[in-house]
Amino acid sequence: MTRTNSYSGVQLGGVIIEARDLVLSFGETPALRSASLSVQRGEILAVMGPSGSGKSTLLHCLAGILVPDSGEVSFDGQRLDTMREEQRSRLRRDRFGFVFQFGQLVPELTAEENVALPLLLGGTRREEALRGARVWFERFELDGLERHRAGEMSGGQAQRVALARGLVAHPDVLFADEPTGSLDSLTGELVMGLMTSAARDEGATVVLVTHEPRVAAYADREVIVRDGKVSAAVGALS
Amino acid sequence: MALLGLLDREPSHGYELKRDYDTYFGRGRPLPFGQVYATLARLARDGKAIAGDAEPGAGPDRKRYTITDTGKHEVEVWLGAPIPAEPYLHTDLFVKVVLSLMLGRPAEEYLDVQRAAHLRRMRELTDLKQHGSLVDALLADHGLFHLEADLRWIDLTAARLAALTREVAS
Repeated sequence: MTRTNSYSGVQLGGVIIEARDLVLSFGETPALRSASLSVQRGEILAVMGPSGSGKSTLLHCLAGILVPDSGEVSFDGQRLDTMREEQRSRLRRDRFGFVFQFGQLVPELTAEENVALPLLLGGTRREEALRGARVWFERFELDGLERHRAGEMSGGQAQRVALARGLVAHPDVLFADEPTGSLDSLTGELVMGLMTSAARDEGATVVLVTHEPRVAAYADREVIVRDGKVSAAVGALS
Repeated sequence: MALLGLLDREPSHGYELKRDYDTYFGRGRPLPFGQVYATLARLARDGKAIAGDAEPGAGPDRKRYTITDTGKHEVEVWLGAPIPAEPYLHTDLFVKVVLSLMLGRPAEEYLDVQRAAHLRRMRELTDLKQHGSLVDALLADHGLFHLEADLRWIDLTAARLAALTREVAS
């Protein structure tokens, strides 16, 4: 099924991620209580909710980082919750990209090595991986920072490097958890603008966890997580 | 709409409606009696309320008013419809939240509908900001920050609904 997002006009091509009745507890503390969610291929979905509502846990389940105690998660028709860790790990490396709030860059590596990391881990030769990485420096206005290390860059620059790393291997899905959480408003907006336009150019689906409405406004629609459940979406999809 | 909503709780006299309006929504600006009776007369004329027979003592304030099905429907529709997503809508939203708690209606759902309306407007403004001129962006940002302030209030109110329900019921 293909449908068009009524607001952005983006063509959406069927369900890419489906989560049904996810339940997950950390010890005695329930984080997800029957959370269900569908993500359309090509859409940018904001997952909102107050602190402690379970939105990051939900993202980790959708990305195959955590396995739910019960319930099903499928990506592109494959069940993540029943997959062996080794397979999930390969899937995360080959098909997913990640951007988090803090501390993502490997401090010993240069910016371009950090960006190239997913390609190197996927078996691409070093020179080719670095060439692939350098393309993103111009695209994200980071020219000249290729050989800088994390400590030699501003927060906004480091976050753009992390974003480039999330997208360098052309993932089907980019998972972003509070990607602007540690940035000032203007820098956060720059990062969001780059993330959404690059994801659309690449045809990547984005699952964006945020508690900030101004960040969620870059998405095509939003869902709210409350007490470990996803409330009925009242978004922009027709 | 606030008076019609208050009438949806139970049949009431004009002075009772004024007292409750002033208590919950007046905030130092009490409703003039004249306005209360003019509104009730209009509601009766439009078939949204029915005036009972005058009780001993006469005068307009001796009549007890009852909401009609038409009036109930109007309250229902009004509570469920989001207010156009413009900044500074606290007062209307505040009245909606308090009334829906008084009437035992799903205040949380109304807040969700309003949140969605706000976010839809914020998406439009964000798009304008990304694709328009710097002046457009400046104007869009002004709207975005105000809408965001409303949303914070919506979230805080949603988190306090249980306590608010207890207070309104007491």
